Amino acid sequence: MFNFFKAGKIFEISSRSTKYIFFLFIIVLTIGLTEALFLSPEDYKQSHSVRIMYVHVPAAWMALGIFSMMTFLSVGTFVFKNKNFFLISKSLAPSGFIFNIVALITGSIWGKPTWGTWWAWDARITSMLILALFYFMYLLSWRIIENKSNAIKISSLIIIVGAINVPIIKFSVNWWNTLHQGPSLKIMSDTTIHSSMLIPLGIMTAAFALFSLLIFLMKFNTEMIRIKNKGLDRL
Amino acid sequence: MINEIISMNGYGPYVWSAFVFTLSSFASLYLITKLQLLKEQKRYIAKFGSLNESKTAVAREQKINKEILLNTVITKI
Repeated sequence: MFNFFKAGKIFEISSRSTKYIFFLFIIVLTIGLTEALFLSPEDYKQSHSVRIMYVHVPAAWMALGIFSMMTFLSVGTFVFKNKNFFLISKSLAPSGFIFNIVALITGSIWGKPTWGTWWAWDARITSMLILALFYFMYLLSWRIIENKSNAIKISSLIIIVGAINVPIIKFSVNWWNTLHQGPSLKIMSDTTIHSSMLIPLGIMTAAFALFSLLIFLMKFNTEMIRIKNKGLDRL
Repeated sequence: MINEIISMNGYGPYVWSAFVFTLSSFASLYLITKLQLLKEQKRYIAKFGSLNESKTAVAREQKINKEILLNTVITKI
């Protein structure tokens, strides 16, 4: 069942596909930026400031998506004792953290012309800040804990505890009165975004996903070579 | 025309700074990750080169070692 998660198999794919993903990312990003900055229309209420949405929203989606994946992998680490799950999780974390920071900063920049303030202790913003802290604690745990098996346990536990925050972020706009508007994209019902804005948003999300994949593959390769370096010492 | 694109009805500084911040964050993360990868590859090559013949033969039997060596050679080219 977990053959796909074998480190050697992933390394084989990742070491060969990185350059292709890099070029694909550059192409998709160029199209996305052209659409987002020049071709998409301005909003009737927010004018050109709405263009910040094309970096803010995909970054927030990716930060949440990556954390959710890391949660499944962390649970898998405990349940199935699969040693590759933590390696995949560790390789996903840096891009997730950067997406989270981008979502917070661009949100703050968007907040100034829209709400008249750089920062508000609004439920969605605060819960996103907490998510960034969990990412930070996870990355820090790998830096400061020297014993590898302890680092795996503690870092996985940080992610599992942090997962409580994920539904809070998602439903914060429904549960509390926040400055953020309700969801515009819905799976079960019609979306309220016009296609002229939805298409650039989709392209930018694809570009961000490709960037995340690129960083994941490079980071995974680094971790694998690091392990093999230790293996050479033991020969 | 260019002034319009830059100013964006007065929203230009907000829009451009958001995009510049995003892209520079991506570039920084990419460069840091790439440098870490190159550093590990360099260390691996140095260690592999210092192995004696019998150890090299053992290391070469592992598929993943072959893959690292192949990938490092391609990267250098």
